[in-house]
Amino acid sequence: MNDTITLSHGSGGVQTNRLINEVFFKYFNNDILNQMNDAAQVDVDFKKLAFTTDSFVVNPIFFNGGNIGKLAVCGTVNDIAVSGAKPLYLTSAFIIEEGFSIEKLEEIVKAMALEANKAGVKIVAGDTKVVEKGNVDGIFINTSGIGRIYENVNINCANARVGDIVIVNGTLGDHGMTIMCERNKLGLEGNLKSDCACLNSLVDTMIEAYAGIHVIRDATRGGVAAVLNEISEFSNVTIALDENKLPLKEEVKGATEMLGLDPLYIANEGKLCAFVPEAYAEKVLNAMRKHPLGCEAVIIGKVTGELGQKVYLNTVVGGKRLVDMPSGIQLPRIC
Amino acid sequence: MKFVDEFRNNEYSKKLVEKLNNISSEKINIMEVCGTHTMAIFKYGIRDVLPTNVNLISGPGCPVCVTPQSYIDTAITLSQKKDVIIATFGDMMRVPGKKGSLSTKKAEGFDIRIVYSPMDCLIMASQNPSKNIVFLSVGFETTAPMAAITVLEAKQKNIRNLFFFTAHKIVPPAMEALVQDKELKIDGFLLPGHVCAIIGTKPYEFLSEDYNIPGVVTGFEPIDILQGLNTLVNLISKKEYRIENEYKRIVKTEGNPIALEYLSKAFNIVDSSWRGIGRIPKSGLEFNSEYEDFDALKHFKIDYEEYDGSPGCKCGEILKGKIKPTDCPLFKKLCTPENPVGSCMVSSEGTCAAYYRYHRDTK
Repeated sequence: MNDTITLSHGSGGVQTNRLINEVFFKYFNNDILNQMNDAAQVDVDFKKLAFTTDSFVVNPIFFNGGNIGKLAVCGTVNDIAVSGAKPLYLTSAFIIEEGFSIEKLEEIVKAMALEANKAGVKIVAGDTKVVEKGNVDGIFINTSGIGRIYENVNINCANARVGDIVIVNGTLGDHGMTIMCERNKLGLEGNLKSDCACLNSLVDTMIEAYAGIHVIRDATRGGVAAVLNEISEFSNVTIALDENKLPLKEEVKGATEMLGLDPLYIANEGKLCAFVPEAYAEKVLNAMRKHPLGCEAVIIGKVTGELGQKVYLNTVVGGKRLVDMPSGIQLPRIC
Repeated sequence: MKFVDEFRNNEYSKKLVEKLNNISSEKINIMEVCGTHTMAIFKYGIRDVLPTNVNLISGPGCPVCVTPQSYIDTAITLSQKKDVIIATFGDMMRVPGKKGSLSTKKAEGFDIRIVYSPMDCLIMASQNPSKNIVFLSVGFETTAPMAAITVLEAKQKNIRNLFFFTAHKIVPPAMEALVQDKELKIDGFLLPGHVCAIIGTKPYEFLSEDYNIPGVVTGFEPIDILQGLNTLVNLISKKEYRIENEYKRIVKTEGNPIALEYLSKAFNIVDSSWRGIGRIPKSGLEFNSEYEDFDALKHFKIDYEEYDGSPGCKCGEILKGKIKPTDCPLFKKLCTPENPVGSCMVSSEGTCAAYYRYHRDTK
């Protein structure tokens, strides 16, 4: 095979088939995909499914802690998992710029297969399009996924109630700051690393500890601030966070300080916020801490009142400030 | 010592607040000059814990806010010139001009890129030899030295496709204009730590010597600010008029001599217009004759005329600390971060942005 993707790889002919066989099937290989039908045909034995889709356009495509492929699998798996469902099947669609290295594509596909395998999901259908140079930035990936919603679990962003404890599974802003520093070649030393990970097994652990968890959301774009504002709006409650409880890596703290950014607004790809009734918070927290992706789980705040639709932060000096819904893109300051 | 956590210590900040409460019961007006101070004060909820007699007034120390609207409009004009790449700090992207912002022009297809340092423009210039790079060179004494180093290096390397649209401003003359304003009654200044790191503390001595107003240089962590306020309120209540430095880990009395040397190599001090405030003598920086070839206005033969826009916007009075953003009829109604009328609402260091983001509804 040639070293780079050409338009003929997307034309549906010999080259397309070769690419499918030598790259995608090689790694995604599973009984459903191997049937080679136009649509994946799957047996199901449940009543309620979770169904989601997400597109991934990250720059740089490879970063410390992952690549666009790993991100594409984790992102969709997590959206299903935090809905209180067991992720089962994914589809993946690639839009590739001509001239993209096949070796790099293979690395991306390999990462997807590895992550899907770890998460226990099958990639059962896919599509590849190749566009002319300049029409996309290297490679874009879309993944869709379905999962089986657990019985007796009702996780919904409208379910937060007064008294609920807000738990996160670890440090905030790792992914966003890694990407920002690598993209802009800021030359910051240290170990900035994306937290990109599939959270379904952690969610399973949490549900096992207490099936009545009110809300779980993964805190991706817009960071914890965006997710909490959404929950506050849909559940019609006020949420108060404690500044000195927010878990932050030194590297992230340093980079956000320097750039004048607030880690509450920085993206995560392996972090979730859970709203748990106070009586069960300790139990859920302890279970999370026994899981590799939850060992740094902490309580960051609680739901303090009804009819608020606001998120507040109790600051280290004893003051209080609004944590607003993010607006526009996060831009670094001048000085 | 990590220089962050130690300055966010909960217990120590409580002690400082307690001390502050016991110094004086007189009404005291303190201006924090720097936009980064304004943001930090809101971000840490410091206003909530201050004694009620201590009134903090936000000053004009936000570089984006004091840049006239004509600057944005001219930057947009430059972006539309053939083969021009505009390089800018991120803060400038969303500032509204008469017809859109740099952000909307970027979306229309003009080549406008965010840089983190003017030095990035040297690489951009060498990677794009057929393009002309125009750096939007704004900011106070904090960013001007980097622009100076960049232009010196550009000249030394004979880079002919890099230009600067300069609107650098220097802080002390603006403060002098404020203390001369009879409507403003400022009892003391929290002095801008970043600016002082470059220029030192001496340029502020006129405040205490000529106007009997004390000032305290301080940093940007909550403990820094509370410590600075303690010292300042003490000076004010004892009528001791002098400049104190509570940011000694960063600021030296003489400033940063290397940075100052670069500034004097590249720039002349000139009169400059501050948005909402007007023309202030000797408050701006312009390339000296040795570097005028790098001046974008001269190179592109642009007849630059300064003006302020945003009708109805009360930015001027807000920048001078005469009114609060919540007193502006546009605040939260016509002027929001999504749809800013004035740059104070869009800049990450703008007073209106600080009020909107952190304090608009807090009860």
